[in-house]
Amino acid sequence: MSDLNPAIAHLLRRAGFGVNAADAESWNQYGVVGSVNRLIDYEFIADDVDDLIGASGYLGTISEGDFDPDNQISDARQRWLFRLVHTKRPLQEKMTLFWHNHFATGFNKITGQLGGAEQATRALAAKPTLDTAEPTFFSQRGQIELFRDFALGNFRDLLLAVSEGPAMVAWLDGDSNFRRNPQENFARELMELFTMGVGVFTESDVHEAARVFTGWNLHLGGAFPRFWFNKFQHDVDAKTFSFSIYPNGDRTIPSRSRNEGKQDGIDFIDAVARHPETGPRLVRKLYAFFVNEFDPPNAALVDQLSATYYATDCDMRAVVGQLLRSNVFHDPANYWTRYSWPVEFVVRLIREVGWTGFSARAAMTPLANMGQTLFEPPDVSGWSLGSSWISTGRMLARMNFAAQLAENQRIALRDAALGSAVTPDAFLNYFLDQLALPDLSRDVRATLLEYLEVDQGWVGSKSQVTRKASGLVHLLGASSEYQFV
Amino acid sequence: MRVTRRSFFRNGVGAFTLGFAAPPFLTDLAQAQGMSTRSLVVLYLSGGNDALSFLVPYTDDAYYNRRPTQAIAASSVLQVGTDSSGAALGLHPRLGGLKSIFDAGQLAIIQRTGYDYSSRSHFQGLDIWSTANPDAPRGTGWLGRYLDTLLSPIDPLVAWNTTDRLPRTLQAATVGVPSIPDPWRYTFNSPPGSGPTQFAKVAALKNSSHLPPTNPHLAFVNSTAQAALATAQRVELVTRYNPTVNYPESGLGYALQNVSGALVKEIGTRVFWVQTGGYDTHAGQDTTNGWYADLVGDLGQSLIAFRNDLKNQGLFDSTLVLLFSEFGREVSENSSEGTDHGAAGLMMALGGGVAGGFYGTAASLTNTPDNPTLEYEGRDVKHETDFRSVYARVIDDWLGANSIAILGSDFRNPRVDFV
Repeated sequence: MSDLNPAIAHLLRRAGFGVNAADAESWNQYGVVGSVNRLIDYEFIADDVDDLIGASGYLGTISEGDFDPDNQISDARQRWLFRLVHTKRPLQEKMTLFWHNHFATGFNKITGQLGGAEQATRALAAKPTLDTAEPTFFSQRGQIELFRDFALGNFRDLLLAVSEGPAMVAWLDGDSNFRRNPQENFARELMELFTMGVGVFTESDVHEAARVFTGWNLHLGGAFPRFWFNKFQHDVDAKTFSFSIYPNGDRTIPSRSRNEGKQDGIDFIDAVARHPETGPRLVRKLYAFFVNEFDPPNAALVDQLSATYYATDCDMRAVVGQLLRSNVFHDPANYWTRYSWPVEFVVRLIREVGWTGFSARAAMTPLANMGQTLFEPPDVSGWSLGSSWISTGRMLARMNFAAQLAENQRIALRDAALGSAVTPDAFLNYFLDQLALPDLSRDVRATLLEYLEVDQGWVGSKSQVTRKASGLVHLLGASSEYQFV
Repeated sequence: MRVTRRSFFRNGVGAFTLGFAAPPFLTDLAQAQGMSTRSLVVLYLSGGNDALSFLVPYTDDAYYNRRPTQAIAASSVLQVGTDSSGAALGLHPRLGGLKSIFDAGQLAIIQRTGYDYSSRSHFQGLDIWSTANPDAPRGTGWLGRYLDTLLSPIDPLVAWNTTDRLPRTLQAATVGVPSIPDPWRYTFNSPPGSGPTQFAKVAALKNSSHLPPTNPHLAFVNSTAQAALATAQRVELVTRYNPTVNYPESGLGYALQNVSGALVKEIGTRVFWVQTGGYDTHAGQDTTNGWYADLVGDLGQSLIAFRNDLKNQGLFDSTLVLLFSEFGREVSENSSEGTDHGAAGLMMALGGGVAGGFYGTAASLTNTPDNPTLEYEGRDVKHETDFRSVYARVIDDWLGANSIAILGSDFRNPRVDFV
């Protein structure tokens, strides 16, 4: 994308999902600093993108009946994909995706636990407007709305909100965590995956933590599954850990009455959020996500960001802001040093190629074939990232999605490219302005030019341009270079 | 990461093109690689299979005391005799298919397999089983390292992962194993309105034919694209396979049918990864009639179909199926009528060349401090056979490779002589 400042292009691939060439000029106007600010301080931009669903000129949706994303998971997936393509707050959606992977919760399992697909969809994806009769703050939003609302919020608050969200309680069997026989699943993953990481805590910590969360159960049966602190199932005795729970170094959560028993879990969540391993672990994960996943993280930056994490008491806006403003982030050596996730690949391709007449629904099976179905991570550890995204089958799925989208957009592509059809070179350059790629090698460029002329040489006729525009977009999207961000 | 403009033709592409050329005679290539015509199918039961519900110690009173709601009645188990310690054992009532294989002497059940300080984490546990390295479960997998020992050029279809993400077990340093959950969608398409697919395919092949040494990640994606394009045609043969039996209509049944198709169509694959999930039965395990029963029901039916199909095709003697799970589950059931993560579990080997029967002994489940077959204050079954000795047997005596080199140490165990 030659017109866009490369530093901003990099920023928008990492802190967003790429950019349509038509928007390049606005971003250039903001400048690098202004663009970072706009991405981070997104609250001043109205969040009205969902109102555009169904409007002409935007990505379409296809439903079995009425579009019902609060209750039908396939519609919830389409709504999210729509947001990813059209949002004016790209970093908020990017962090939402990050948290979805971090707190990976899968639809299929909780469908069984919550008593049905509609309940599970609500628990994962309902917007907060649903069921306002009892506006209990945390339980009324689907999990993904928590991620969105806390995208750059306080990690400790997010951790608590997720922990008492019905989706997580069901996902890690909190609804069967009873006093007499504590259920370890949530307690273990809270430490191993959500905060401090494996090897830091002991098996005894897992047992004690399971006791902390006894009685963190669910109320089922209503329209919306609800968190329920079941005080009669809470183990009121003291719990002792191998690490500090309180700022004074105390390792024991004291015995409390049943009525106050929920405080045990809040104390514990505070403790694991503030644990000395949690900050660096989160920072390393963010570093791989935003900066570079090929090389070991820059140790000085990890230290700085970890210090910020603790100094601000877990404020993610401060941490991510500092990261995106760091010299390390903007170092051109870190451009294109991450494998795109399937969702990133699909969204960027749609944003760069076009969407009119294309439906979010049409991307669902391809995404599954690429290995990423939204709301269905493979397990609680999230998706396997990096080179795991690329296998022969998944690579074919990516190539074939590029073919599918290029076919769908071929008329629009032709109309846009006709003016650049004078020579194959000009034609290729036009499309390299639309699709962001690392510099192509001379050989790849030569092969693409050869492809443009293969059957009849270059004549630039309308019919040739129709064929070659979709063919070239396919090859660019299918190229290995395009699989990076 | 910038694409180098330096020429890398001299070293990279020549070797590379050779490596991915579609071989005219696959058996020749296999022989050139030093491979036998034997095949290995690794079947992973994901989530932590409850070994005590799979193979029931139905005369151990402690089993019934510690599992008040989840024990399987002695009257309904499928009795399969006693092990060398005298423990009477029975398979889950839904495992009739497996029992017939056991009765035919073609199923080896290796009891109490595991390792010291068994991980209770699914992820770390699977990493340990995959790398065969409990101390540092990172990097390549044990079968990946086996593939790395094969002579170049290595057929990109030498191994086939039937799930959609590559398991660590098959992660190799030099071999990219394809993930093909569904052969029907393993094709290369181009936009229909863009002209003949062949044009796009030629360009895609050329574009990915470079292995820039300064950019290993781009080289990796390029080599994966090359392997995909080169193998798609052979994989298509599998879609034309008509099995000789009906497989269950389950993910597992479908995966095993494709394995059989790949073997019958001789597409060159020798190592397969098959996975089936749902074994993380923390709550509502419903051992006898519900959740767990359905899991093992599907497993037993899928395996007997696979066995019969391969037998009909004359391929059962040259096929070995190795089953494992990342851990067993705790001896006592929990309050949610389920079982939590435990320690030692079952491994099984199945095939025409297997010396069937029991290997190792069952645990005594009585929770006394001096019970040597339990650990962790009597909560868990303690391992008796190191899982790596089973791998060593497969590597040395089935694959004909060197287990010491691949596992990094000598885990050979003469008592585990099922092949």
